[in-house]
Amino acid sequence: MLKETLDNDFILSNEEKTEILNKKNDYEDARASSIEALKIVQKKRGWISKKAIYEIAKILDISASDLEEIATFYSQIFRRPVGRNIIRYCDSVVCYMYDCEKIRHFLENHLNIIIGETTKDLRFTLLPICCLGNCDKAPTIMINDTIFSRVTLKSIVKLLELHK
Amino acid sequence: MKKILRTSETHPLTWWLNENEDVVWIQEYKKNGGYCAFEKAIKTIKSEEIINTIKNSGLKGRGGAGFSTGIKWSLVFKNSSSSVRYLLCNADEMEPGTYKDKFLIEKIPHQLIEGMLISALALKVRRSYIFLRGEYIESENILKKAIFEANEYGYLGSNVLKSGLSFEIFLHSGAGRYICGEETALINSLEGKRANPRFKPPFPAMAGLWGKPTCINNVETLSNIPSIISNGSEWYKNLSKSTDSGTKMMGFSGKVKNPGLWELPFGITAREILEDYAGGMKNGLKLKAWQPGGASTDFLTPEHIDLPMSFSSISNAGSRLGTAIAMVVDHTVNMVSLVRNIEEFFSRESCGWCTPCRDGLPWIVSILRSLEKHQGQNNDIKILEQLCHHLGPGKTFCAHAPGAISPLKSAIKHFRSEFESGLSRSSIISVKSIEGIQSNME
Repeated sequence: MLKETLDNDFILSNEEKTEILNKKNDYEDARASSIEALKIVQKKRGWISKKAIYEIAKILDISASDLEEIATFYSQIFRRPVGRNIIRYCDSVVCYMYDCEKIRHFLENHLNIIIGETTKDLRFTLLPICCLGNCDKAPTIMINDTIFSRVTLKSIVKLLELHK
Repeated sequence: MKKILRTSETHPLTWWLNENEDVVWIQEYKKNGGYCAFEKAIKTIKSEEIINTIKNSGLKGRGGAGFSTGIKWSLVFKNSSSSVRYLLCNADEMEPGTYKDKFLIEKIPHQLIEGMLISALALKVRRSYIFLRGEYIESENILKKAIFEANEYGYLGSNVLKSGLSFEIFLHSGAGRYICGEETALINSLEGKRANPRFKPPFPAMAGLWGKPTCINNVETLSNIPSIISNGSEWYKNLSKSTDSGTKMMGFSGKVKNPGLWELPFGITAREILEDYAGGMKNGLKLKAWQPGGASTDFLTPEHIDLPMSFSSISNAGSRLGTAIAMVVDHTVNMVSLVRNIEEFFSRESCGWCTPCRDGLPWIVSILRSLEKHQGQNNDIKILEQLCHHLGPGKTFCAHAPGAISPLKSAIKHFRSEFESGLSRSSIISVKSIEGIQSNME
C-alpha cells in the first residue's frame, strides 16, 4: 500500500533535477551519472521506485531499462521502501572473529526482523555489509553515514536509542 | 611495542602525519614542502623523464597485483590513438581485512592529489576520476574539501599555476559491489553500467574509459609518486630491505594486542610486524594461521611467520602479498567456519557474469555450511577440491573466483582434519564414494 502511494506520487523536484543535471557535466556521457542520479533521488526519498526510474531515465536521456539494470545491481540502491535508519553490520572476516554473528542475532532479536527487513514502525532496516575498512577497530557497524567502532551489545542498544 | 620515528628520508608516505594524526590540509602540507614535487615536474621535467624515473624506481602497483607502475604508464603514454586520455584512481577499497587506502585518503589527501597531478602531467591527461567506495563517507567529505583547496591554490583547473595546462579531478563515489575494484569492472561502473569485468585485450591502456587510453592506479601507488619525484628513484629503491622497492603500508588485524597499520620497508618479516608493532597475539591465544594481504590471499601457517614481506617471498611460500595488510587467526577459531564466512562474502559479491563463479561459489558455501554443522557428505572435501580446480586461474572471466578459492584451497591443505571432522558419521558409513562432482545443494 505504502509502496504504491509513494510510487504514483513521484515527481522529480527542481532541486533534484538541477543536482542531476550538474552531475551530468562531470562526465563525457550522461549514462555515467546514473549512479549519482539514483543516489541524489534516494538521499531525499529513501528508495528508488519504478516511477522514479522512468523520471530519472528521462532526464538523463537514457532508456529506463538501462537505468533499471544499474539500480538492481548495486547494493546501496534500494528498490523498496526502507526504514528511516539503515543499520549495516560488517560481517567480513575480521569482524567475524570479533563475533559479528552475535551482533547480527542480537539486532535481529532486538528489532524483531531478519536481515534485509524493515521494522514495522519504519525506524530501522537491517543489512549486512562487507569490510568497512575498520578492521583494526572491529567489530564495526554503520548506521546511516556513520561508522561505529569496537561496538558491544550494550553500546549498540545506546546507539539504537539515539536513532529515532 | 616499537614507536616509529617518521622522517621524510625514511617514510615517504606517512612522514607528513602530525602528532595527533589529524587530516593534513593544504596549508600544513605546503608548509612542509607539499606540491614542490609537482611544481618541479611542471617546470623542469618532461613526461618521458617522469615516466622513466617511476620505471627506474621499481614502484609496483599497491592494489594487490603488483604490476610495474612505470611500465603501465609507458603503455598509456605510447598509445597515441587519442589525444583524450584518462587517469583513474582506484579508491574502491573493499577487500575484507584491508584499510590502507582509507587511511591515506583521510589523513594525507593532498599527497594523493599531488600524485595524481604528477601522473596526469606525465601521461598528458586532462581529466581524472577518483573512484571512491560509496560507503567511505568520511573519505568523501575529506577528499571533496581537499580537491576544493587544491582548486583554490591553483593546482587544479583550466590554467594550473598559470602554465596554460588544465587538470581536473572528479570524485565519483560508487554504490556498493566489491567487483568495482577490478580495473575493467571499475571502468564499466564509472561509465554507468553494471560492474562486469571486460575482456582483455584490449587493456585499458589501449581502450579504457569511453574507449580512450586509460591509466588506473591504486591510492597507495599514486601517493608514492611525489616523494619519488622529489628524491629520485635510487633513494626510493634503497628504502627497501628486499628486491621490491620502497616502503609499503603493512599491518595486522585479528586478535592481536595492537591492531593497526604502519609504513614499513619491504622485506621486513611478518614476525617483526606482528610482534614489534602489533604487540603479538592477545593473551592466551596462539597463532594458528594468517593471511598476508586480504581475504583473497592463501592462508599461511606459523612456520611462515619469519618470511620477509615482499611479493616474491610470499609468493614462493604459496600465497600472495596482496594488500600486505595481514590478519591473524588464533587457535580457538574453526577454519571451516572462518572459510565459510570468507566464501559467503565472495559468493555474495560475485557479479554473476560467468557461470563457474556465479554457481560455484554458492555451492562451496552450501558444502561448507553442512561441514560446519557436522552434516557433511562423504565426498564433500573432494567436491570442494574439484570446485577449487574449476574456479581456479584461467577458468573464469576475471580474478574474483581464483581469489575466492585461494583461502579455501590453502585451508584444506593446511587444516584438512578440520574439514574431515565436519563429515557426518552416518554419511561416512552409509554413502558410497561417488566419482566426479555431484550437487549436494538443498
